[in-house]
Formats: sequence, C-alpha cells, structure tokens
Amino acid sequence: MSAQIVTITSGKGGVGKTTAIASLGIALASRGQKVVCIDGDIGLRNLDVIMGLENRIVYDIVDVVEGRCRLRQAMIRDKRMPELFLIPAAQTRDKTALSPSDMLRLGDELREVCDWVLIDSPAGIERGFKNSIAPADRVLVLTNPEISAVRDADRVIGILESEEKGSPSLILNRVNSEMVKRQEMLSPEDVLDLLAIDLIGVVPEDQGVLVAANRGMPIALEENSKAGQAFRNIAARLMGEDIPFMDLDSSDGLWKRISKLTGRS
Amino acid sequence: MSFINRLGGKRKSAQSAKERLQLVLTHDRTDMTPAELEALKDELIEVISRHIEIEPDSVQIDIAREGRSQRLVADIPLKAKTRQRNR
Repeated sequence: MSAQIVTITSGKGGVGKTTAIASLGIALASRGQKVVCIDGDIGLRNLDVIMGLENRIVYDIVDVVEGRCRLRQAMIRDKRMPELFLIPAAQTRDKTALSPSDMLRLGDELREVCDWVLIDSPAGIERGFKNSIAPADRVLVLTNPEISAVRDADRVIGILESEEKGSPSLILNRVNSEMVKRQEMLSPEDVLDLLAIDLIGVVPEDQGVLVAANRGMPIALEENSKAGQAFRNIAARLMGEDIPFMDLDSSDGLWKRISKLTGRS
Repeated sequence: MSFINRLGGKRKSAQSAKERLQLVLTHDRTDMTPAELEALKDELIEVISRHIEIEPDSVQIDIAREGRSQRLVADIPLKAKTRQRNR
C-alpha cells in the first residue's frame, strides 16, 4: 500500500473542515478504500465527536509520536465502516507537542497501512497548520462564500504556494443557491475568479449537517442529503473519477455554468 | 425591493463583496498597502521625470491580476512637447 495523504485547511475557523474530513472519510471507505483520518487540532479535539467515536478514545496522536503506544493502538475503528480509522488529537496538550518532522514520520508509517490519510488541519497559519500540511501529497483549501473566509483562504493558498506544496484544490462549502440567485452571496464563479485555483467540489448549505453532527453521523451517510452527495462526489473526484458538478438548482443554470467554467460537463 | 434598489442604483451585496475582495487580495498578495503603492508612484514619477517630460497628474500605477500572479502596470503619458521634439 502507498496511501495518498490529503490535508484540508482553511485559514479561518468554523467553515467546515472537520465536517468535510469526516464525510470524505466515510465516502472513501464506502468505496472500499482503507482510510485513516487524523485530527490535527491538538488541544481542540473535534473530529472524534463529528465521527461519533468520542467514547472509544484511549490513545491519541501525541501518544504515538512520544512512543507511549503503537500506531495501531491509536487508530480507532469506525462504528460503521470497518476500513475507516480515526487518530484523535491530544486534548490536554498544545500544538508544540508535535513538529512537522513528527508528522512526516507518522505519514510515512501510515502510507504503508492504508489507501488514504486525511488530515484535519486546525484553523490559522501557525504550528498546527504547518504540522498538518508537512506530510501532505495534496492540499484541499476549504472556504465559505463569506468575505472573511475567502480572504483567509487566499492567504493560505499563498503560503502553500511559497512552501512549494503545489497548487491546492478548492472546496466551496455552504453555498446557498437562493442567496446566490438574489446576488446576496458570492457565487462559486466569483470565488473561483478571486482565488484562481482548481475546484474540486461545491457543497450546498444544508441544515442536515448540524443534525448529523448532533448524532455523530457524518453527513455523507445520509443518502438523501445534497451536502452528503456533494462530499461523496468529492471523494470520487479524489479517486480520479470525472464526476459532473451537481445541478442543485436547475432553474437558474448556476451549476451548469460552473461545470462549463471548470471544464467538467 | 430589488426593483427599487435597481432604480436607486444600489448594488447587490455580492458585487460589493467581490469588488472589496479584489482590492484586499491584491494588497494581501503583494504585501503592499495602498499608501505604499502611492509612494512608489511618486518615486517613479520623480525618476522618470529626470529623463523625460511626463504628465504627472495622468500617471496610473495599478496592480493587475492574472490568475494568481500579479503585475505592476504603469501608464505614463508623455508631455506633448516631448513628442514634437522627437518628430
């Protein structure tokens, strides 16, 4: 095995990185892939509750790096998907408990045991972010169509470029097509024009995401959720499939225009 | 409501957001404030004026975006007299 390591980062907090990691993990695992999700937010652990695995934690990522347990012991198996694992963040430590070289070593070890490693980066551009992008083969920048989130995303893209991490791909989260239609929200085209990177997914705003989080069920498990479908599509695109962008609102042709814009049909 | 907005020429908020972001991102990416750009413009005018007569009030210095790369675009009109002398 030689896993691909994918990090999701955003600059701004609260835009949906953890939700995205949990759902991409579920979606990749349901396609028969072996996936390890890592919570990179030391001190502010959250991926465990979004995945509904908070009661199973014994060891965490810092225990692995500091040699208190073996890698396998810190990999918590998902309740629903036998090939999906979580390595939780340490809750009582801070970002300095890990270094980028620790993450590189951990990444190399994980490459041998799974198909995908998904790293949930903390917000910000400091140590936790640097740790999370260090082992990444590919970085996905996630943003909302909010002015502050887009600005922070641009900053993060600039840092990734200067660190020669390659050009990241964009996940645009929480798009409200009604508001876009009324021109009271930046459209996916606007955000793509501003950030000028490749698009890998557009996720509609969906109240079901909060409900799913309440239950510890990643939204990708919800067959009928549009946000869930959007994450399943991103997983398929990560696997190299050419999946058209969803037609969320057939009346205004917005999604068709995005398809045209990105060369996907 | 939107009809009244259009009559009054009030722009939709998405348009404001996009225009504000375009400006802010330009300065974030170059790490240059509008004031610094203005200082650069003054210095450029001074240097160029030592060699050739220009119209200082019509000089335009802007940062243009092309994808993620940016370029400094200077439009510096020369004084009519200079052009006559060249003929």
